[in-house]
This record gives sequence, C-alpha cells and structure tokens, in this order.
Amino acid sequence: MQQTRAVEFGTGLFVLLGLAALFFLTTQTTGNNTFSGSDTYEVQAYFENVGSLKNRAPVAMSGVTIGRVTAVEFDPVSLEARVTFVIDRKYDQIPDDTDAAILTSGLLGSQYIGLQAGGSETYLEDGSEIDLPFTQSAIVLENLISKYLFSAGGEDDDE
Amino acid sequence: MFRELYYTFVEFLRTFGALQLFFLRLLSHSPSIIVRRFRLVVYQVYNTGALSLVIIMVCGLFVGGVLGLQGYSNLSKFNAEDAVGAVAALGLLKELGPVITALLFSGRAGTALASEIGLMKATDQLSAMEMMAISPLRRVLVPRFLGGVIAMPLLAAIFTVVGLYGAHLVGVTLLGVDAGAFWSQMQDAVEPADIYEGIIKSTVFGVVASLLAVWEGYNAIPTAEGVGRATTRTVVITAIAILILDFIITAIAI
Repeated sequence: MQQTRAVEFGTGLFVLLGLAALFFLTTQTTGNNTFSGSDTYEVQAYFENVGSLKNRAPVAMSGVTIGRVTAVEFDPVSLEARVTFVIDRKYDQIPDDTDAAILTSGLLGSQYIGLQAGGSETYLEDGSEIDLPFTQSAIVLENLISKYLFSAGGEDDDE
Repeated sequence: MFRELYYTFVEFLRTFGALQLFFLRLLSHSPSIIVRRFRLVVYQVYNTGALSLVIIMVCGLFVGGVLGLQGYSNLSKFNAEDAVGAVAALGLLKELGPVITALLFSGRAGTALASEIGLMKATDQLSAMEMMAISPLRRVLVPRFLGGVIAMPLLAAIFTVVGLYGAHLVGVTLLGVDAGAFWSQMQDAVEPADIYEGIIKSTVFGVVASLLAVWEGYNAIPTAEGVGRATTRTVVITAIAILILDFIITAIAI
C-alpha cells in the first residue's frame, strides 16, 4: 500500500512537472500571442507592392507595435496587394487619413507596417480601408538600384 | 542471390505489416484499459516517465548549455550574441528536444520495456496468463504502451525547458549576454507553430518508441540470447525510425 502511494505520488509529480513545462513553453517562449483576441479591430490597406511582408508582421506607430498583419493577398479587382491587419482596441483614436508604409527593421531585418498619423477628426474603425495615395510600397532593392543606375546614366548623357 | 533478396524483402514487408496490425490491436484495446484499469497505466507512466526524469533533466541541461556556448561563440562573430536565446529556443523546441528525448527514452525506458516483456515471455509468464484467461495484450502490453505514449511528450517538454535554462545559465550567467535581450529575442523568434511542431513530434516519437519497444519484447525469442537481442534491436530500430520520421515531419511542417 505504501509503495502504491509512493508510485502514485511520483507519477502525479511527474505529470504536473510535464504540464508545467508545456505551459511554460506555450506562454513564455513566444511573445506573439497578443493581438489575436476579440479586443482588436480590422483594417485593410492597399499597396502597389508589399515586398516580402509576411503574415503576423508587426504594425507599428511611432515604433510601438500596436497590431499585427493577418493576411496578405492580391486583389484581382483593383490589381493591388491587399493587406489586412488588426489593431489593438485600446488604440481606437487613429485618424482615418493615416499613412501606411511598409518599412524594414534594420538592414536585413523583416518588414513591418509603419503608420504615420494624419490630421482627420474621424478615426479608423473596424472595416476601414487605407487606399493608395495614403500607402507607401515596400522599397525593393532591385528597383532602387536600377533607378539609381538609370538616373546616373541620364546625367552622363547630359554632360 | 536475387531469390534471397526477394525473400528478405517479402519478410520485411510481412514484419512491417504485422507491426501495423499489432499497433491497431493495441489501439483497439486502449480505451477500455484507460477506463477500467487506469491504475496499470499510472504505474507504467511512473516506470517510463518519472524514472527517466533524472537522465532527461541532466542531458537537457547540458544540451542547452552547449547550445548556449556554440551559439555565443559563433554569433559573437557577427556581434549578434543577443540572438543566442532565439537560436537555443528554436533548436530545442523543434529538433533537439523531441529527438534527443526520444533517443534517451528508448535507451532508458524502451529497453526496460522490451527486456521486461521478453523475460516474461521467456519465463512463460505470458503463457500462464493466457492459461488463466487473462489477455497478456491487455494486462501487460497495452498499459506499457500507453504509459510510454503519455510520458514521452511530457519528458520532451521538461527536456526543452531545462535546456532553455541551461542555455540561459551559459549564455547569460557565464558569458554575459543581456537577460532581457536573451528572452525578448527568443519571444520574437519563436512562433506558436514552432511549439506545436515540437509537441506533435514528441507525441509521434512517443507512440513509435513505445510501440517498437513493446513489439520487440513481445516477439523476442524466449531465450536469454533472444531477450538480449530484442533489447538491442529496440534501440537500433527506434533510433532509425525516429530520425527518419523527424525528417518527414520537418519536411511536412516546412
């Protein structure tokens, strides 16, 4: 009897330890669990070129992450890229003429959406759209290089 | 020579098919054992899981520590030693945790299962049970199989957590990486999908390692030599199966 109790105690302790380890792994090693609950609102933005923007990329305002990208798709009607992202409900006073730009964190870092506040009196809400004059595409390195090369070539011609 | 090759191939397929049928038989008896004879399963969780804790935790600590060392020495060439937490966490969660735990599990618990069942067979205990109308499959094999299946994911999770602390110990405490950067880089890099991949892997490995251990023990030649050979085969076959499955699951996950 004594031995059975010891075995049961050891098993209970082991299972508890294992579950605690699983809990630790799911909560502490990953920080991306926020912005997925219901306390968010969804905004869509249309871009000419999204570069390598990925699902779950951060949406930042003044460098602070306030939301996350939930979908990057191609819109066959407007022939632009449609990026859907959610913003935390507590940031509900963002003007609806806000600029959205796809930026790169660091030299080789991943891409994220940076929002630049506008001056409108009405705010972004669930289902709002940010359309082309207010969005700035990702900078594609090849385009940048070719632009530089061609403009340099043009100067040579002038001389 | 071709005929021999052919017979070897046929024999391999036959064994492989018999293993699948054996697996299905274990599964079909599992629910009723869990409901009615849960105490047997608990005892096997203790045998395979709780008694493997020491080896799992010690190995986890040192595997994590070596990841911290290697990560630090290589990443510091790029002035990126802060990322040592991310490197260690991704390595442990996705690969090293499930795989090394499964290999250790097969060495510590799988061999114990195989030799125990093989010895039961060699000393006619299984036949005696059948004489008393007790199914050895239900009384001996299913609880041992289920115990391993339950214990393995928990062991892998414990291994991973202890490994993270090993990496923390070496990276932060010994080599002076900033603790905040260590954890924030890790939380930035690890996504829930990485954790699920590790859990799926460790569950699959648990099923495979327990199944092969029970199978080898049950099919051991009932002699001293046969039991010894079954024990060896358990480790060899489990290691091969786990590493191949690891490749397949990773290929699917990516």
